[in-house]
Amino acid sequence: MSSLQGTERSALATVRHGLSLTPEFRKGLAGTLALAVVATVGKVIVPIAVQQTIDRGLKGSVPDVPYIRSAVLLCAVAVVLTALCAYLMNVRLYRVTEASLATLRVRGFRHVHDLSVLTQNSERRGALVSRVTGDVDQISTFMQWGGLMIIISMGQLLVATVLMAVYSWQLTLLVWACFLPLMIVLPRFQRWLSGAYTLVRERAGDMLAAVSESVVGAAVIRAHASEARTAERLDAAIDASRAAQTRAQRIVATVFPVTEIVAAATVAGVVLLGVRLGVSGEMTAGSLVAFLFLITLFVSPLQTATEVLSDAQNAVAGWRRVLGVLDTPPDVADPGPDGVELPRGPISVAFEDVSFSYPGGPPVLSDVSVEIPPRSRIAVVGETGSGKTTFAKLLTRLMDPVSGRVTVDGEDLRRIRFSSLRERIVMVPQDGFLFDGTLADNIRFGRPPATDEEITLALTELGLADWLEGLPAGLATPVGQRGESLSSGERQLVALARAYLADPDLLLLDEATSAVDPATEVRLARALEGVTRGRTAVSIAHRLSTAEAADEVLVFDRGRIVQRGPHAELVRQGGVYADLHASWVAAARS
Amino acid sequence: MASKVTSAVMRKGLRVLGVAIRAEKAVFTAAVLASALYGVMTVASAWALGWATEHVVLASFRQGGVGGGALALGATLIVGVSVLKAFGVAGRRYFAGVMQYRMQAASRRGVTRQYLRLPLAWHHRHPTGQLLSNASSDAEAAWAPLAPLPMAVGVVVMLVTAAVSMVLTDPVLALVGFLIFPAIAVLNLVYQRRLSPLATRAQQLRAEVSEIAHESFDGALVVKTLGREDEETARFRARAGELRDANVAVGRVRGLFDPLLEALPTLGVLAVLLIGSMRLESGAVTPGTLVEVAYLFTLLSWPIRALGWVLAELPRAVVGYERVQAVLSATGSMAHGHAELRGEAPARLEIRGLRYAYGDAEVLHGVDLTVEPGRTVALVGPTGSGKSTLAQTFVRLVDPAEGAVLIDGTDLREAARGEVSAAVALVPQQTFLFDDTVRGNVTLGLPVTDEEVREALRLAQADGFVGALPDGLDTRLGERGASLSGGQRQRLALARALVRHPRLLVLDDATSSVDPQVEAKILYGLRDAARASTVVVVAYRMATIALADEVVYLEHGRVVDRGPHEELIGRCEGYRNLVTAYEREEAEREALDEAGTGTPGAATGAVTEETEEEEVRA
Ligand SMILES: Nc1ncnc2c1ncn2[C@@H]1O[C@H](COP(=O)(O)OP(=O)(O)O)[C@@H](O)[C@H]1O
Ligand SMILES: Nc1ncnc2c1ncn2[C@@H]1O[C@H](COP(=O)(O)OP(=O)(O)O)[C@@H](O)[C@H]1O
Ligand SMILES: [Mg+2]
Ligand SMILES: [Mg+2]
Repeated sequence: MSSLQGTERSALATVRHGLSLTPEFRKGLAGTLALAVVATVGKVIVPIAVQQTIDRGLKGSVPDVPYIRSAVLLCAVAVVLTALCAYLMNVRLYRVTEASLATLRVRGFRHVHDLSVLTQNSERRGALVSRVTGDVDQISTFMQWGGLMIIISMGQLLVATVLMAVYSWQLTLLVWACFLPLMIVLPRFQRWLSGAYTLVRERAGDMLAAVSESVVGAAVIRAHASEARTAERLDAAIDASRAAQTRAQRIVATVFPVTEIVAAATVAGVVLLGVRLGVSGEMTAGSLVAFLFLITLFVSPLQTATEVLSDAQNAVAGWRRVLGVLDTPPDVADPGPDGVELPRGPISVAFEDVSFSYPGGPPVLSDVSVEIPPRSRIAVVGETGSGKTTFAKLLTRLMDPVSGRVTVDGEDLRRIRFSSLRERIVMVPQDGFLFDGTLADNIRFGRPPATDEEITLALTELGLADWLEGLPAGLATPVGQRGESLSSGERQLVALARAYLADPDLLLLDEATSAVDPATEVRLARALEGVTRGRTAVSIAHRLSTAEAADEVLVFDRGRIVQRGPHAELVRQGGVYADLHASWVAAARS
Repeated sequence: MASKVTSAVMRKGLRVLGVAIRAEKAVFTAAVLASALYGVMTVASAWALGWATEHVVLASFRQGGVGGGALALGATLIVGVSVLKAFGVAGRRYFAGVMQYRMQAASRRGVTRQYLRLPLAWHHRHPTGQLLSNASSDAEAAWAPLAPLPMAVGVVVMLVTAAVSMVLTDPVLALVGFLIFPAIAVLNLVYQRRLSPLATRAQQLRAEVSEIAHESFDGALVVKTLGREDEETARFRARAGELRDANVAVGRVRGLFDPLLEALPTLGVLAVLLIGSMRLESGAVTPGTLVEVAYLFTLLSWPIRALGWVLAELPRAVVGYERVQAVLSATGSMAHGHAELRGEAPARLEIRGLRYAYGDAEVLHGVDLTVEPGRTVALVGPTGSGKSTLAQTFVRLVDPAEGAVLIDGTDLREAARGEVSAAVALVPQQTFLFDDTVRGNVTLGLPVTDEEVREALRLAQADGFVGALPDGLDTRLGERGASLSGGQRQRLALARALVRHPRLLVLDDATSSVDPQVEAKILYGLRDAARASTVVVVAYRMATIALADEVVYLEHGRVVDRGPHEELIGRCEGYRNLVTAYEREEAEREALDEAGTGTPGAATGAVTEETEEEEVRA
């Protein structure tokens, strides 16, 4: 369903591309890596110290205590220095990665808003959100731990191999021979594991979606007593999530001990072979014991390998999803500085042979041609599903036509800068979405610098002063999430006031007062009429009072404009509009 | 003071762990046994290596060879111990996971069950986002310490075993251990204490960042139509910046303590070597012992941190647990009686002195109302007058603060569970569709035939567009029915109520997005089909009101007047103003048109400075 870019890139190319988008990250990377190398070397100290001690201690009949003392002291100094380097490295790493990922997050967020409504709707809300939250977090875990662990582990394997080879090449070969099969199967284990974790995430997403439905749809569930069914669906989702988690845990629980056993077998093998080598004089007891310690150095990177690998894979997947957003070109793109700036003033609009269909769907608008002269008041009417909202979305350039073009003041809509377009043409959509905040916050959204006085004035102009006074806290009334603490009609009033405050040259109302009582609606219509004189106004409404007052009525039927003209004329003509009007009159008059 | 607070938190945390242990006794026992095996075997593996060094390696070097028996024994010991240890690890991890996930799932089931059980008034008091996080992150946080808990128990076993074994091998070297290991534990505790508030804050900010993204994407249409992308990005950037700083603060503490925790055991090993070599010199220990103790140090340095993990998770767990518990123990759940409301005949609705308040703000101030069986009553009133709130009490979505709602003389609070919704169906003003098929959305689990579903769709005038959907009744609608137009969604919601053949049908402005023609068809269809129902309809349009036998006019949460439309329009000014608004407007316009003057806008007297400006500009 999602129409976001699926990246086909290889893992490496993804990471490289991802890094190129976060240039902050590469700043000072060399220094951080140098510190990381020093920190790795620190881990080799213990085995060397042990080896030295035992070797010296076991060489003669009495241990060489002064030598051991200085060796241990030297090692202690090295340990402290390493810790210091590790600290410096960590701090640098955290600062840089967090800064660069915050940038990536914000870019992703911005880009989601730049995508068209269609692209946004092709993805579940939660999934879209996780592209700027959880997915980025995965990258950061990797950059702060996994990525470094890969470097450290590689270094550790290398250092361990070299040291082991110094003691005995035969034993080194034995160790590699024991671990090679493990190294070959580990990536397979890991793929298995990451498959399991993908499932865990998917199930968790399903569960959240189910919980969300049960909370947001609480009223419907209750009203129709579908609690039992909802509970069943919830339980199924919760159990599926638990089962996926348990399965992944079972895999983790079995994979890790395998390394453990292989390591023990290797130690046993080394002891057996080492003793044989020792007897034939090719090895001292001290170096054999030291060798045993080196094996722990060799094993620990392999023990973390599955985790590091999944971490890396998660990061790549996270990167892919974030890049999937950033790489999706906004299909309704802002021409930006190259675009045309519209001077303020009355607006004219023209649709020229515009057709539109939703992706994979039948045509919703076919060959719509219409001119809306400046200062005119247009009413759009038609059955539900006839394409009115679609028409509105094309006019405000929320979507682009599949064929034909829309022009404003003779200029193709696609060439007009968004900053200019959004300032001059404003639509009030069907459902008045409100943000969680106060009434004032929401209305101010239309024009952020507006003062409380201006907001009150706007409400007064719209004839809503009485309503405002009736509210418990006036402008400071909290509206709740999505505006849930207001009645549906009140929500629409706020949405309308918000657009009104934005003061556009063309105001487009898409059933913006459908839940408002007639008296208030008429009052609003008049107030708007008063202030929209000199502006262009387009309103979509089922209440034909709007159409009666309009200069021109556009009648939509199955994606076409079947009639147009002033109300009185259309009524005389007969046809679709006359029928609609007859029903309206029957509906509205006593 | 601060330590008092934290010790209280620790006590509470331990109680939370106790709850889990009691709930999952068997699994916990299995996990702890496995973990103990792991603990003992970890120490044993050091001992095995020491034994092999002494009796195999060194012996063979000294004697120029050793018997095959000793070799085999050494190898078997090393491998055998590690196999047992591996089983311990696997069992510990698996059972710890099982326990943790079971507890999480149980909390989630309990919490969501409460959501379904608690009255809507409770929902009104709690923001959606909070309810979501109660079921997700809080349920997770509450049981997070269960993952490292068995390991921590195992580590305690391991430490005791190690202490005993060290004392037995060499008390002086053991002394080094007794200094180093408590130091590691204390350092780790300090670490977790410093980290925990920072991590909690980062977690909190992460949730806030996600909330902003969620809300902003939810309102994308508004953001777009008003061109507020920059402001929204700035809002997001500010919070993302705080999250960045919080994460860096976490990173600083981690960056400091992680290397320290790693260095400390290493220094311990070095100390063992130094002291050990002196003891070696004096012949108090053998090289095998030295190897064993050094090895034990490297082995123990990591698991000992598990104690810190459990302690670190406890404060967060306590918060999560308390939040979950708050939902689970929320009262005000609706009590049900035993009365039955089912039947065939239309119901009689009676409202007595009903009051209702959202928080402190009372919105219904004593409503009285009777609807006789089979009658249709229109509920009319200005926006915000309380119609939807009143309608919600009819289906017992909320209970009145005072007064009562009665169906056939039975208080809804005395009806048995499921009875109210079997008798009364509400079509709410705000349509909500589930991410399910058309059929699923209409039936919501009610066992009805496809024929009945089609019949309901036909009555709701939804059969046409549903038939045109690619998979008909089986078409999935997507999140909140996004691919349908507003009027189409409303008609599905209507069908959902009609398929239930309610005795009382409540329509809350349920056709506002439907065009007049389709609305007329729906209403006529209803008039025929609704014979078996009493109908209360919230409406503004005359056609709907004309269907009603009686009108109840509501204003500011009070019934102002009631009676047949013709009477009300004569005597109730508010009502007259409301329902004749369109007519009056048209009449005025016609009068003005005839008089040849401007638009009626001027007549409202709402001409402000701004409009004058507009006029000048125009
Ligand atoms: N996002 C979408 N995806 C697919 N189809 C859609 C989408 N939105 C609307 N439609 C379909 O397009 C047609 C026109 O819808 P719309 O313009 O909303 O109608 P109106 O506003 O006139 O009621 C309807 O049949 C509807 O199902
Ligand atoms: N969830 C809520 N929380 C707080 N106040 C609310 C809530 N829902 C509605 N209100 C308030 O209660 C009053 C009545 O609302 P409502 O019954 O929806 O009105 P109507 O349906 O008549 O338009 C309004 O003033 C509204 O602001
Ligand atoms: Mg529409
Ligand atoms: Mg309402």
